[in-house]
Amino acid sequence: MFVYILKRVLATIPVMLIVAIFVFLLLRLTPGDPAAILAGDAATPAQLDRIRERLGLNDPLLTQFFTWMGQLARGDLGVSLLSNTSVAGMVADRLGPTINIALMTIVISVALAVPMGVIAAWRHRTWVDFLVMSFSVLGFSVPVFVIGYILIQIFAIELRWVPVQGYKDPSEGFGAFFSRAILPSLTLATIYIALIARMTRASMLEVLGEDYIRTARAKGVRENVVLFRHALRNAAVPILTIIGTGFALLISGVVVTESVFNIPGIGRLTVDAILARDYPVIQAMILLTAGIYVFVNLLVDVSYSLFDPRIRY
Amino acid sequence: MTEFPHARRSAFQVLTGLFSLPPGARVGIGPVIAAAILVIIVLASVMAPLYVPYDPLAMNAMARLKPPSEEFLLGTDPYGRDTFSRVMTGGRVSLLIGVGAALVSVTVGLFIGLVAGFFRAADSVIMRIMDSLMAIPAILLAIALVALNGPSLGSVIIAITVPEIPRVVRLVRSVVLSAREEPYVEAAIALGSSMPKILIQHLMPNTLAPLIVQGTYICASAILIEAILSFLGAGVSTEIPTWGNIMAEGRTYFQIKPGLIFWPGLLLSLCILAINLLGDTARDLLDPRMKKREG
Repeated sequence: MFVYILKRVLATIPVMLIVAIFVFLLLRLTPGDPAAILAGDAATPAQLDRIRERLGLNDPLLTQFFTWMGQLARGDLGVSLLSNTSVAGMVADRLGPTINIALMTIVISVALAVPMGVIAAWRHRTWVDFLVMSFSVLGFSVPVFVIGYILIQIFAIELRWVPVQGYKDPSEGFGAFFSRAILPSLTLATIYIALIARMTRASMLEVLGEDYIRTARAKGVRENVVLFRHALRNAAVPILTIIGTGFALLISGVVVTESVFNIPGIGRLTVDAILARDYPVIQAMILLTAGIYVFVNLLVDVSYSLFDPRIRY
Repeated sequence: MTEFPHARRSAFQVLTGLFSLPPGARVGIGPVIAAAILVIIVLASVMAPLYVPYDPLAMNAMARLKPPSEEFLLGTDPYGRDTFSRVMTGGRVSLLIGVGAALVSVTVGLFIGLVAGFFRAADSVIMRIMDSLMAIPAILLAIALVALNGPSLGSVIIAITVPEIPRVVRLVRSVVLSAREEPYVEAAIALGSSMPKILIQHLMPNTLAPLIVQGTYICASAILIEAILSFLGAGVSTEIPTWGNIMAEGRTYFQIKPGLIFWPGLLLSLCILAINLLGDTARDLLDPRMKKREG
């Protein structure tokens, strides 16, 4: 087990290294002068020089790369071109809202989607199944921000149950936090629920046809025990996998949702940085989000054996 | 030289063979409705310039934010442009981006996937690069590419394509890996067929069915991503209306005029829904094993 985890951790190193090389080359390989791309059309030669100086664009490519990697190894993410503050500090300031909303989204999604998928498979080819499948196809077809605006229209403007936009930290009172975080979380959860419910249903359908399910039913085990203890545990591996790979969707969704609901998280930070071509921030954010994705999928891989004791490393 | 009937079919025969229903299979009413909706939306969008009442770019300061009326079917936007004309014309570009992104990513992915699946030496390097690309969130990569390359139609298509390519490569590679163990491929290698011939004539036809399915999904997701890019301010410039940038411009006026988001959003969602449903149907028809698993 320990050896397996160690191997998995080591396997993430080349992946992250290639992400780093890719992020590094993204700007340098774009046709045109990198400094001019970053500064925009109206830049003066002096401004261009300043940017070249700041990013070390005058050095040879390899020197630039190793300087950057050296800084990364020391935990130095660089300095923003716009605000002149350290990127690490900017990220730390903005991390809280994003983590809170993401956690809430995952809890809502798993709590709703897994039972939905189980029930749809249990009542296969009935109206319940049809309803769940319709929802999951719909969830994939409507843009995240449209869902956000529909929820705002219904719950914030028509019913006036919650504020339209904004964010409050849980430390300012749980009610204040919850009323502002619930709509973004639901918005974000829609596509995640669609994904997980669909996979749960498919995986459960496969398992429910097995002999041991028939045996369990024949010896009189209660139906909910059959479903959730016998079937779901055996169906867990593909569901876990999709929760992990779906995390990329969640990160992308965070970026959009934070813009719709005006939440000062890292999603907004990233979009603002990209649109302002603040390259040190862009580099750091792509690296960070890729790192989170790789880490979550590492956790998922390792957790397989918790759910399915047949998997031994 | 020995003849292999499997490899002698023309591309056309392979294609028609794919979509002939297996005996006993039937297509429900759902896919038929989906196909009808899609055909209507595509025709209405492609022919938009022939029937829309106004120039989608013509501003009219006298008619700003008008409600729907006989004069302006869906009302007007903050610049006095006719929403109906804009939404119908916008569909053309959105669909073009969808189809364009699907074609480019399938073509590039097919090529890389064939190489990765067939040449052991290239495989591990290519797959590590693909794993890394998949670790970068698609939206972030796409907006970064648009921000660096400018908001032209081509750069938006490329930005949407790049994150999709690894998925195609993985698919093609897995098909090639299993197909190359088949006796007819081993026979072809033993008989000394040239490498390109084995790749194109023996291995490529196997990838056709899954690629058609994957292509429809990519088309749907590209239309969706275009909308999100526009919404985030990294889409096609607003001189070319798309469903995405009409919605993006409408967001400031959302509370007074929800129609600016609602109508393009509705058409876009219907369109993606229809494409996804057709993709599911094609998958069930082309791959009976999936059918069994999904019920």
